[in-house]
Amino acid sequence: MNKTKVYPYIPNSVPAVKAAMLAATGAASVEEFYADIPAALRLPRALNLPEPLLSEARLKRHVQGLLARNTHCGEVLSFLGGGCYQHHVPALCDEINGRSEFLTAYAGEPYDDHGRFQALWEYCSMMGELLNLEVVSVPTYDGYQAAATACCMAARHTARRQVLVAANVNPDKRSHMQTYGRSEIEFIEVAFDAASGLVDRADLRAKLGPQVAAFYVDIPNYFGGIDEGAALAKLVQDAGALLVVGVDPSSLGVLTPPGDYGAAIVCGDIQPLGMHMSYGGGHGGFIASRDDEALVLQYPSRLFGIAPTSVPGQYGFGDVAYHRTSFDQRENGNEFVGTAAALWGITAGVYLASMGPQGMVELGEGILRRVAYARQQLASVPGLRLAHAGTAHFKEFVLDFNASGFTVAQINAALRERYDIFGGHDLSAVFPALGQSALYAFTELHCQADIDALVTALRELLTQ
Amino acid sequence: MENISAHRFTDGKPNLRRYQQARWDEPLIFELSQPGERAILLPELEPGIESATHDALQQLPPGMRRATAPALPELSQNRVLRHYLRLSQENLGADLNVDVGQGTCTMKYNPKINEQLARDARMSELHPLQDESTVQGILQVMHAMEQVICEVSGMDAVSLQPRSGSQAIYANIAMMRAWFESRGEGEQRDEIITTIFSHPSDAACAKVLGYKVITLYPDADGYPDLEAMQAAVGPRTAALIITNPEDTGIFNPRIAEFVAAAHAVGALACYDQANANGLLGITRAREAGFDLCHFNLHKTFATPHACGGPAVGACAVTAELAPFLPRPRVVKDGDRYRIDQGEAQSIGKVAAFMGTASIVLRAYAWVMNLGAEGLREVAEIAVLNNNYMMSQLLEKIEGLSAPYAAGKRRIEQVRYSWAELCAATGVSSGDIGLRAADYGTHYWTSHHPYVVPEPATIEPTEAYSRADLDEFVQIMARVAQEARSTPELVRSAPHNCPTKRVQDEYLEDPKRWAITWRAWQRKLAEHGSAV
Repeated sequence: MNKTKVYPYIPNSVPAVKAAMLAATGAASVEEFYADIPAALRLPRALNLPEPLLSEARLKRHVQGLLARNTHCGEVLSFLGGGCYQHHVPALCDEINGRSEFLTAYAGEPYDDHGRFQALWEYCSMMGELLNLEVVSVPTYDGYQAAATACCMAARHTARRQVLVAANVNPDKRSHMQTYGRSEIEFIEVAFDAASGLVDRADLRAKLGPQVAAFYVDIPNYFGGIDEGAALAKLVQDAGALLVVGVDPSSLGVLTPPGDYGAAIVCGDIQPLGMHMSYGGGHGGFIASRDDEALVLQYPSRLFGIAPTSVPGQYGFGDVAYHRTSFDQRENGNEFVGTAAALWGITAGVYLASMGPQGMVELGEGILRRVAYARQQLASVPGLRLAHAGTAHFKEFVLDFNASGFTVAQINAALRERYDIFGGHDLSAVFPALGQSALYAFTELHCQADIDALVTALRELLTQ
Repeated sequence: MENISAHRFTDGKPNLRRYQQARWDEPLIFELSQPGERAILLPELEPGIESATHDALQQLPPGMRRATAPALPELSQNRVLRHYLRLSQENLGADLNVDVGQGTCTMKYNPKINEQLARDARMSELHPLQDESTVQGILQVMHAMEQVICEVSGMDAVSLQPRSGSQAIYANIAMMRAWFESRGEGEQRDEIITTIFSHPSDAACAKVLGYKVITLYPDADGYPDLEAMQAAVGPRTAALIITNPEDTGIFNPRIAEFVAAAHAVGALACYDQANANGLLGITRAREAGFDLCHFNLHKTFATPHACGGPAVGACAVTAELAPFLPRPRVVKDGDRYRIDQGEAQSIGKVAAFMGTASIVLRAYAWVMNLGAEGLREVAEIAVLNNNYMMSQLLEKIEGLSAPYAAGKRRIEQVRYSWAELCAATGVSSGDIGLRAADYGTHYWTSHHPYVVPEPATIEPTEAYSRADLDEFVQIMARVAQEARSTPELVRSAPHNCPTKRVQDEYLEDPKRWAITWRAWQRKLAEHGSAV
């Protein structure tokens, strides 16, 4: 091995420094430090890894070469959604989340990391305004985790074991909730109505009972459909259970926040609030509720509070009721807490502060109307049918290709190859009852010409 | 002419840094609001959409249209920027300080080229449901990184889906539960054994998944107690979850015996490799007989800690456990990559989509820069730095000790104790940490519970120079000296940070805790300043 190599990320790889430090420790070689590792446990060879690209220039060329094999959504027209959305990311968001002070910090105290505590408390506060709720947790991993934890919180709070879950929730999210919660919770599915795509209230009513801790539903649901929250809340509350609602925060400039129609716990994903999609890397979950002590004590994640310091007029921050957490109590805390998605919380705060009230209203209404326009236009294409036709939708909806004679896979391949369009997400495998159907998503980035281009492309493909 | 630098050195060595963190006394963002200001404008709706959808909002179900706009702050763009830049200056990232006081967390340099690459549109603008033909680059990166983790651990198969180390621990335990259930032993095996020096999530994740947790304490030498382990294992044991070295930094040479004791009763052994930084290329989970392990890419593989995420935990398992890995998985077919929906025995999803791919890309770039020799250099220098740090700290500071394994070397970190200094001065480890902040460095005590009294865990990693380490030692020595000469100065620290000590009682009292602006406004109105 060539031991004189100097690595730019490893200052003490300089041979003279290494030698001096070894001398200071009284060791003859680094090998002495590993004396406790028995020979039988030692790897007797070098790791088998690709040849390194030691210079930054070569490394950059190599990785960029790999990235060049990707086609990104900025260079095509994309209608993919299903839980990850292409929104505009204000330049401010990138500027702040790229700052070294935030990017490379970890677990500092409220004094040396005052900025992190304030930024995250402000993020929670702005989410509180968006949600009309007084308690918001610092981000958990993603909306899936937020949903799973919200169900566990409800079960602990009510001391009941069953959680009803709407069948129009993303199946992947249900999978995570099931794996996560099943030692405490028996999950029971509540059907959705085939015509509307909304919760089947008769089925919900039939399944509610004294063992039910909560009913979990997404509004808008996985198909983009908007259910009547208050009607669901009444059924759930009459059974003494909690309504837990997953919500897309980008909808809340136009849609009523779930707490207002009776949700006890509200959760979701902040990816739409200033995070790039990054192939699924931009997710962060939020959990929120009213400021009820018993409910607050069920949160497993960190909750930051504002407090005075010893200097009058100075803001301080810290952990609220830290003893709830596994950091304090190990297995006796609520669930587990660790590294999650804090930077995305700071970034979402920048987003909400940038958008302000008017921005969020325009965002919500603009998306709602673009979707309404796209539905009108697509309904006129021969061979296409709007699933859930009578239901109001936000951001996305299901397009039914069953009458077209094509599979969604064929349509999507043709859209990609001939029109540079990423068509909607193919639902045929996960919702077989829908047959050949796809989930199409629209955001504020889609202009009328984009929607018209999609309509034209589908019309051409289906009428050829 | 005065020689300024003469004042900055004593006996040829630099004096301790005079430090003052930025203190902006920055208002809360709500207090900055000026109604009518905007920081960003949105694309307008074209008249064609306007006219076609004028009744779209009326189509909403009853009660589903928001009545009033959310009361968010209103600021112009430069004011939002200034607010957050001021907050950033009131935050002490690893790029700014010698962050070795955040032991167990493996604070390393995060190469800037990796940031640049991850922010490339060909990474940042990828939708996770794109057709696999359009994401061959990122799939190749993820597949290659899986291979790296396989080689570094000796395991056979990897999932990069978990979004953190804790989530990887959770996924590993979920896999073990599924594995025992597939063998009809799910009911019978309801206990997991771990150690008190392991991360709290090892115990907490086991509890979440329905296990009873049995905790081993250290023996007189600081090793987890093997006799206690042998007494604890039995037909109810599902697994041993253990770190080696534990947070004490002492490598347990009998680790294979612990694994064997688990295997002897039909249990599995799971290696928490949060402390792997000093072991890259030296020893692996495979050699010690483990069935599963995990790495934190934001620790060992140098991706940013980001104030606590986003992150990636890599789960690595033997071939026997591979069918239980979270799905979907990346599969290589010839020279193409595809997304496989995985096997029926899979635990399903633990995170949305494929996890935090942009973090995987950064870790991949880090490995590709260093290669096998570089990874070994990382380990060796991390261990050299740690042993150097230990020798300097113990030699230069009275009242600080390194409990257990006296005279032995350590791997990548040491859990120290200030018990002696505290007994002499009343100054606690927590006080020392707050005073250390006055010298521009971050220091955290240790995870609870404090088995080592008045603990401090220092992990120098490979990223810090000898001068950095010397500076940290100098700070510790100065604070220890202050604890003896002017203890009140230390007990009332910090003095050079943006804020002073918080009145913690506000954070524990339901009447006074305020987790959001609106809760705070309400409580102020209800209780006023008297509360």
